[in-house]
Amino acid sequence: MSGFPSTAAQLAAQTRYQLVTFVRIPVAVFFTLGLPLVMLVLFNALFGSGTFDTPDGEISAQQFYTGGLAAFTAVSATFTNLANMVPIRRDEGVLKRWRGTPLPTWIYIAGFILSAIVIAFVGVVLMLTLGVTVYDLEIEPAKMPAAFVTFVVGVGAFAALGMALASLVKSASSASAAANAIILPMAFVSNVFIQVDDGPQWIRTVGDLFPLKPFAESFQDAFTPFVEPPAFDWAALAFIAAWGAVGLVIALTRFTWEPSGSAPRGRRSRRTASAG
Amino acid sequence: MPVVDVSDLHKYYGAVRAVDGLSFHIDAGEVYALLGENGAGKSTAVEILEGHRTASSGSVSVLGVDPSDAGRDFRDRIGIVLQSSGVESEFTVREVIELYGGCYRNPRSLDEVVALAGLDEKVDDRIGSLSGGQRRRVDLALGIVGRPELLFLDEPTTGFDPSARRRSWDLIESLGDDGTTVLLTTHYLDEAEHLADRVGVLSHGRLIAEGTPEQLMNQVSGTVVSFMLPDGFHPGAAQATFGSLLEVDIRVSGRLVEANVDQPTAAVHRITGWALDEGVELESLSVSRVSLEDVYLSLTENVGQVESS
Repeated sequence: MSGFPSTAAQLAAQTRYQLVTFVRIPVAVFFTLGLPLVMLVLFNALFGSGTFDTPDGEISAQQFYTGGLAAFTAVSATFTNLANMVPIRRDEGVLKRWRGTPLPTWIYIAGFILSAIVIAFVGVVLMLTLGVTVYDLEIEPAKMPAAFVTFVVGVGAFAALGMALASLVKSASSASAAANAIILPMAFVSNVFIQVDDGPQWIRTVGDLFPLKPFAESFQDAFTPFVEPPAFDWAALAFIAAWGAVGLVIALTRFTWEPSGSAPRGRRSRRTASAG
Repeated sequence: MPVVDVSDLHKYYGAVRAVDGLSFHIDAGEVYALLGENGAGKSTAVEILEGHRTASSGSVSVLGVDPSDAGRDFRDRIGIVLQSSGVESEFTVREVIELYGGCYRNPRSLDEVVALAGLDEKVDDRIGSLSGGQRRRVDLALGIVGRPELLFLDEPTTGFDPSARRRSWDLIESLGDDGTTVLLTTHYLDEAEHLADRVGVLSHGRLIAEGTPEQLMNQVSGTVVSFMLPDGFHPGAAQATFGSLLEVDIRVSGRLVEANVDQPTAAVHRITGWALDEGVELESLSVSRVSLEDVYLSLTENVGQVESS
């Protein structure tokens, strides 16, 4: 009897399958890849001629928005995308079906995550291409390693956090709401949509508690002339990675394959079951 | 060694005893039907055998291993058709069969699966555009794509129209002929009667009867006499008249009168003689062999009586 397909082949097949799924859902493509580009165009049209003062120096609005929205795209493709799609697949019973096949479950999950990282990469490249061609964004080769490492740490951490949220929410409809309720306010306090360094102290404090602000700032640093190469911010990367580790622990301990309510569980469902 | 061997299986959800002392076995190549009403514990039992749930107590062996900690090799040898589980609606039938088939050691070819499941005309259609019955055939297709030794079918034809049911039965029968062992759950008695080599009747989480459909039908007195209650007869008064004519207890549901009799010739003679004397017509009068449904009703009635006494 022939053996199982190789792990590499199965990982590639699963990643490809999740990518095909993604491009066949127009609303996902628009919100993940299209909307950040629309925001870039709008923000630049409205505020693109200005500059922002930061503690380190003056940053042009164009550099600020491109770096911040590139980070936001990466977060949309990983955190928001996974927190949406995984609960949908769970509600549909697709996860349970896969669990009954010989595909190792970790490969299924890895396919989800790898596809999200590919989408994030495409989104960031699109954003930077638009930035360079239209908004005078300068790319310094010496700082690209820092940009790449920041990207890898960021998407890893936000993918883990997306899986954590997918593990905590009960249903697909609440997952979508929860993901947006988390990420949109966070973007406002994290130097993505607006510069908050001149804002109230409490907004800066809140921003400093979550991983989006260091992620966005690290990205912005990679595209800001006054930050000297190589522009690695190790403290920020460590902070993002720590958040990712928390997400990973939650995802590994709380992940469920079955739609909620498929088995009686907890006090309320027990009461319902015995009444029925 | 049996393909499935279950002994004294229990599964509790809090105070609810979903499976309560279930024991049975399935031999290689057998089609075994677990029959029972909704909530009898069929799906819970099957999901324990599939490895989706763990038992509270008891011993379970499927293909020689304990499914609760069985791995990839085990799942390569089984096929699962769950009662309700989605398929990626953005994909075509061809794509999902190839995608899922790609996880098995020795999958069936696309053409073979499509032909077996009767999906030839739909192979390039997206799952999202299929009807409910067609999606159920996709479920069957994905259940058999890995060439399973043991196939679990949890209510495979619920919601089918009659012709779709017949086609699914043909598929399941052809798998049975192939030597595939099949564990089927159903609440359709005709389905069990038609497909199963042996039937286990499940009620309140345990077996209350087991045997070939033939053996089960022989347990209940052989022949059913039925007819419509004549006009002017109150259902409450039927037992007095017809019960004594047939010399057994009768069942009245709506205006339908049914009775299981041991000597149908004499019983029919008495009742038709009475009807001629009285000048009434017994509409829809029929004499038929006992069906699995009669067996099932008599079995579950007994359980109800035992539990309420």
